[in-house]
Amino acid sequence: MNNPALEIQILAALVAVTCTLSGVFLVLRKMAMMSDAISHSILLGIAVAFLYTNSIHSPLLILGAAATGLVTVFLVELLKQTNLVAEDAAIGLIFTALFSIGVIIISRYAANVHLDIDAVLLGEIAFAPFRRLTVFGYDLGPKSIYIMAGILLLNLLFISLFFKELKLITFDPKLAAALGFTPALIHYSLMGVVSITAVGAFDAVGSILVVALMVVPPLTAYLLTEELENMLLISGGFGVAIGILGYQMARILDVSIAGSMASMAGLLFLLTFLLAPKKGLISIIIRRKQQQFSFACLTLLIHLFNHEDSIEINEESNEEHIIDFMRWPPPNTLKIINQLIEMGLITNDKHILRLTDQGRYEARIGLNTIKPSTEN
Amino acid sequence: MINFFSSLLGDHTLKTVMIGATFLGVTSGSIGTFAVLRKQSLLGDAISHSALPGIALAFLLTGSRAPIILLTGGLLVGWISALCMMVIVKYSSIKYDGALGIILSVFFGIGMVLMSFIQRLPTASQAGLNKFLFGRAATLLQEDLVVMGWFGGIALLLMLIFWKEIKLLCFNPEFGSSLGFSMLALDLLVTTLLVVAIVVGLQTVGVVLMSVMIIAPGVAARQWTNRLEIMVILAGVFGAFSGIIGAIISSEVRRMPTGPIIVLVSFLLVVLSILFAPNRGLIYNLYRKNAIHKKIREDQILIYCYHFYQEGLEGVSGEKLLNRLNFLSNRRRIKLLNRLIKDGLLSFGSKGWHLTPKGINRVLSLK
Repeated sequence: MNNPALEIQILAALVAVTCTLSGVFLVLRKMAMMSDAISHSILLGIAVAFLYTNSIHSPLLILGAAATGLVTVFLVELLKQTNLVAEDAAIGLIFTALFSIGVIIISRYAANVHLDIDAVLLGEIAFAPFRRLTVFGYDLGPKSIYIMAGILLLNLLFISLFFKELKLITFDPKLAAALGFTPALIHYSLMGVVSITAVGAFDAVGSILVVALMVVPPLTAYLLTEELENMLLISGGFGVAIGILGYQMARILDVSIAGSMASMAGLLFLLTFLLAPKKGLISIIIRRKQQQFSFACLTLLIHLFNHEDSIEINEESNEEHIIDFMRWPPPNTLKIINQLIEMGLITNDKHILRLTDQGRYEARIGLNTIKPSTEN
Repeated sequence: MINFFSSLLGDHTLKTVMIGATFLGVTSGSIGTFAVLRKQSLLGDAISHSALPGIALAFLLTGSRAPIILLTGGLLVGWISALCMMVIVKYSSIKYDGALGIILSVFFGIGMVLMSFIQRLPTASQAGLNKFLFGRAATLLQEDLVVMGWFGGIALLLMLIFWKEIKLLCFNPEFGSSLGFSMLALDLLVTTLLVVAIVVGLQTVGVVLMSVMIIAPGVAARQWTNRLEIMVILAGVFGAFSGIIGAIISSEVRRMPTGPIIVLVSFLLVVLSILFAPNRGLIYNLYRKNAIHKKIREDQILIYCYHFYQEGLEGVSGEKLLNRLNFLSNRRRIKLLNRLIKDGLLSFGSKGWHLTPKGINRVLSLK
């Protein structure tokens, strides 16, 4: 195996899938911006560990960086607990401060070496094939693939071992606490996994695009399903697609791979946002129109029902009066009347609208659903 | 010291940088106040990242590096990104934080694609645009200042004109809409002002960290006052202060990126404010809590002695008093009793400890 293009695609897909897994839980717990915070502040850990070991590929870097991720979460909680700062402001303050220290360390002490500011933002996935893992002289492929595969394995292990617990603290943290699971412990373990994942992905796609992979595919999947298991699977699938399509687009246009992966994630999100069968924009608009129409039909039926036995029926149920009284645009009102006649719910008797038996039945049901308390 | 400052003021580049930092700090600080109050702190983060593709696009379309063109590009795309967020939240089940994450990362990704595209252009080097990532105060020129001044000035003016309405939006939008103001339009206005404030600072602080200049001055100012007017002014001052100090450090120290150091200065301001601000600050609260604890313990002892006084006893033994305080250490028990004696509330006579008339008055005043 010595095909850089293939290797980069495998790595890109691996990174994307790994990020989506923990991303699903972040997104569901309304902590999407925590991925932004962690992926930035790990830079400080990387910078400090780099100063200490003088190598950018030491395992200490991953540990140091993951630790900074946890420190970020802790500091945000601490700042929040003072009750002087809102949570979102606390996140925005802490991670930028840690990130700034990281950037200063790198630009002052490490600028001449491998670690530069562009790599921080962009990652260097294109260089991954140059760093190879060799065992007894055999070339086993790029190191990064093995590191990332390890992190993916860690994610899978964590999620499958603690699936029940994760599900519980995601959807009902209070019940979880009441049942004796320690939400804090699981919370920090999840944040630890997110941090380690962010470090691995950071190397490939840079800090800001980690956010794209952690947040965008899970939310895209969120628009397509309501099952946690399906959401994990679908967003994993999106991850693979983003890795491969993103690389292809970058190759064709000859632009940044990481940027193009994020753009691809955005494109897939946009398509889903518009076209998703239940939660897509277009189907929501169609549904809202339909609901509006059927509610209008019901309103008309109830109006007729209310005046059916009264003396002013000739006036109240007059077609002209109704068009005037309902204050809907006249063509719409006519459309609604025609629709009701077609459905056999009302009849038009010399411009007086009368309910059929079926129409009376529907109006009664409708009244009960609108005012359930008046029943009995 | 004086020499140092006069040499600073004489330095033309530095003067430009300081004026720029002041514009940036005042605009983003005072307008950011509203984002902080409306719990939209991270909106600034998303908008500032989204301005990057706008800057790159403006350069690609016009080939010009004039600040007015680049910043207008950033302004437009930043504004579009804010609209996209509103649409996502309104038309889907995705929450606000998710919408922020999507817009921030995708727009920034597109920006990165455009930047790498520009880098390959044979005609122009990217060098001029890189400064927008982390900010480079030293590259500020006179013409940048003019653009920053105009943008910031217009935004501040709009803020003053719509002051009352914006205040309504922040504190009681329901009341505002019942008065007939369109809260959607106002929301759009405040978001637009925020976009302008962010764009003003992009060249100095950079897209990655600009959000801090929106949040930090507001959060720091919030600790010192409960009045919106004062908070906005204070945030402007804090913003300008961090901008100026950061810009000076960055231009005096070699290889010190401007954005990060400005961020650290403003973060320091936040920490100091949280610790030391009167009324809200942590240290003040700690002191107040201690004082209340002290008073409660004193009252407990005085009330205890008052019971004996009511029963007609002339004194209570020291042993009983000390037992009453057995949750305190010996040293603190003695300190407490000494304090009561010194304040003339309690005295020690031949029949033991008893209340002075002043002590009795204090117990009675508790009821």
